Amino acid sequence: MSRAALSNSATQKLWRFHGGLHLPDQKSLSCEQSIEQAILPKRLVLPLQQHIGAAAKPIVKIGDHVCKGQMIAQPDGYVSAALHAPSSGTVAAIAELPIPHPSGLKATCIVIDTDGEDRWIERQTHGNWASINPSELRNIIRDAGIVGLGGAGFPSFIKLNPGARTEVDTLILNAAECEPYITCDDRLIRERVTEVIAGARIMRHALHARRTVIGIEDNKPEAYAALQAALARLKHVPIEVVQVPTLYPTGGEKQLIKILTSKEVPSQGLPIDINIVCHNVATAAAVHRAVELGEPLISRIVTVTGHGVHTPRNLETLIGTPITDLLEQCGGTTKDLSRLLLGGPMMGVTLSDHNLPITKTGNCVLALTPNEFGPQGSVRNCIRCGECARVCPVSLLPQQMYWHARAKDFDKVQDYHLFDCIECGCCAYVCPSNLPLVQYYRFAKTAIWSQAREKQKSELARDRHDFRIARQEREKAERAARLAKKKAALEDKSAGTDDKAKKDAIKAAMERAKVKREATKVAPKNTDNLSADQQRQIDEANARRAAAEQDGEKKS
Amino acid sequence: MLTAILALAVLALVFGLILGYAAVRFKVESDPIVDRIDAILPQSQCGQCGFAGCRPYAEALARGEVDINLCPPGGEAVVMGLADLLGRDVKPVEGGAKKKMIAHIDETTCIGCTLCIQACPVDAILGAAKQMHTIIADECTGCELCVAPCPVNCIKMISVKVAPATWIWPYPPTSQQAKEDS
Repeated sequence: MSRAALSNSATQKLWRFHGGLHLPDQKSLSCEQSIEQAILPKRLVLPLQQHIGAAAKPIVKIGDHVCKGQMIAQPDGYVSAALHAPSSGTVAAIAELPIPHPSGLKATCIVIDTDGEDRWIERQTHGNWASINPSELRNIIRDAGIVGLGGAGFPSFIKLNPGARTEVDTLILNAAECEPYITCDDRLIRERVTEVIAGARIMRHALHARRTVIGIEDNKPEAYAALQAALARLKHVPIEVVQVPTLYPTGGEKQLIKILTSKEVPSQGLPIDINIVCHNVATAAAVHRAVELGEPLISRIVTVTGHGVHTPRNLETLIGTPITDLLEQCGGTTKDLSRLLLGGPMMGVTLSDHNLPITKTGNCVLALTPNEFGPQGSVRNCIRCGECARVCPVSLLPQQMYWHARAKDFDKVQDYHLFDCIECGCCAYVCPSNLPLVQYYRFAKTAIWSQAREKQKSELARDRHDFRIARQEREKAERAARLAKKKAALEDKSAGTDDKAKKDAIKAAMERAKVKREATKVAPKNTDNLSADQQRQIDEANARRAAAEQDGEKKS
Repeated sequence: MLTAILALAVLALVFGLILGYAAVRFKVESDPIVDRIDAILPQSQCGQCGFAGCRPYAEALARGEVDINLCPPGGEAVVMGLADLLGRDVKPVEGGAKKKMIAHIDETTCIGCTLCIQACPVDAILGAAKQMHTIIADECTGCELCVAPCPVNCIKMISVKVAPATWIWPYPPTSQQAKEDS
């Protein structure tokens, strides 16, 4: 460690969060592998949702030719992010395809068949970003589709918009990279430190932050030295670099804030509530590329590692590249591969299918062998040892939450602040009974959200049902009113001269017919030349009619 | 003695007036417990409980006449909510909890008779006489009341598609189950 580093660490007072774990970091597998370009795949699959918020809306059609960096889907609403073509080619499909999600479900994706030319769209650079106002900068960052590259994928421009009344005390750049195995941020800093610093300066400008701190764990001395050297070269750039002790999960936003500033983010709150904004270093580099080079977010660095892959590597990967292609570039998987994860071993998602695409948040492809990491053995009953509460970095009571989540008592589990759980996996890692604790919390969280949606839906149904009943009653009343009106009108008529008028009308009509008959003087000729039989029938009919008339008169 | 009687009489009168005024001023239109029960019910208005909608069932529950497990669309969550509110024991749902479904009209077969529109308790069917009808999927509660009236059998119940955003993590297998499995 250089002297500068020592002095810096000595001047910076650090705090610590509750709990945490020292994990076997396994970073040596890939941390000496410099960043290589992943081979351009024949086909790129881009899910419309690679971020928190609403899915993007496609603005291309099947068969369209797209250039590298061209926007292919625009944000749908405020909390959403744009999507760009990672390489030039043709839009082959917009269809439901499997995405890297724990559910293994399908979602809408844009599929691009690459043409191998990798031809860029015209790029608009903003070298002089210091003269651009923050609002315009945010628009550039929004249009570049940048989301948090640390893992959560929250649209970055929103985190760069603190609101008119909020002042930002501290901008923290998160270079902790606390999960085992992952080395993409480490390599990024070592090889592209100027990009990170440039991005940090743009972010600082956009936020008007008073203080800017880069927090990095002390298991990455080379990256720390690179940052120190770069800042020394630049001089007068008010960015501090602080080494923090290696402890999982220091890279959690709230944990890093606590370590660097001693402040705690309120329960279910955001860092901006305590005037702090936290971004990942890779996001900073992406911001630099978007603003100064005009390149939207179309690629990221992915660590492909684990003992289940022959040669671990750090690959600069286009978004949408199939994971199988990356594994192939790393010499393929070994025979004893037991589990393939997207993300780190603590928080990653187990992939059922190797052919899924890399998304904006996919920092690591981890191929694990049977005895490599995490709890082994069968699930047993909780023995109430309390180890989980000791390691919880949010000071929750994981055991209590476990009991209530297991009993599906969702009110109680929320009383124990379920929604402050960051799902870091420390509790499950130390559990001697191998209980899948995080899965219980995830189950409870998603079930509670589902119930909230149901509740909303039932409120809507009640409103619509009430409205329908009100409408039916109104219609019934209207119909009754109409009927009553009609009846009244009828009674009015019949009570007066109605009967007489009718008879008069009939009489008048008969008169008119008679006059007409006489005027034409045409006698019907159908009674001429009758046979005797017909004459007899007519006579009989006449006799019957006369009898009937007499009968009728008698009766009346 | 007389003053005491008078004082008490006056007091009684004053309080009587206050109570009388309060009874008028703060009149409760309906039993609040009915509203609270109604808030738990899924509002599908399907009548599978044997009542003509959710509110009549809520009223019967409030009177303590019926069981809390008669609501198949509500499933376990409703039974648990009602048990909690009414202090009764949790029971399995009568006829088993149902998977969430919504109605779907085969638009090529629909003759536009409007019978389903009249049956829908939440006005979730769009159409007019001799015009093709369609279900507003977001507002359909899956009550199945439109299925029977259709003269050409063009309404089917389909299961609701689960998207990654609405997906629920599976409930982890408990230790006993895990043992049995292995």
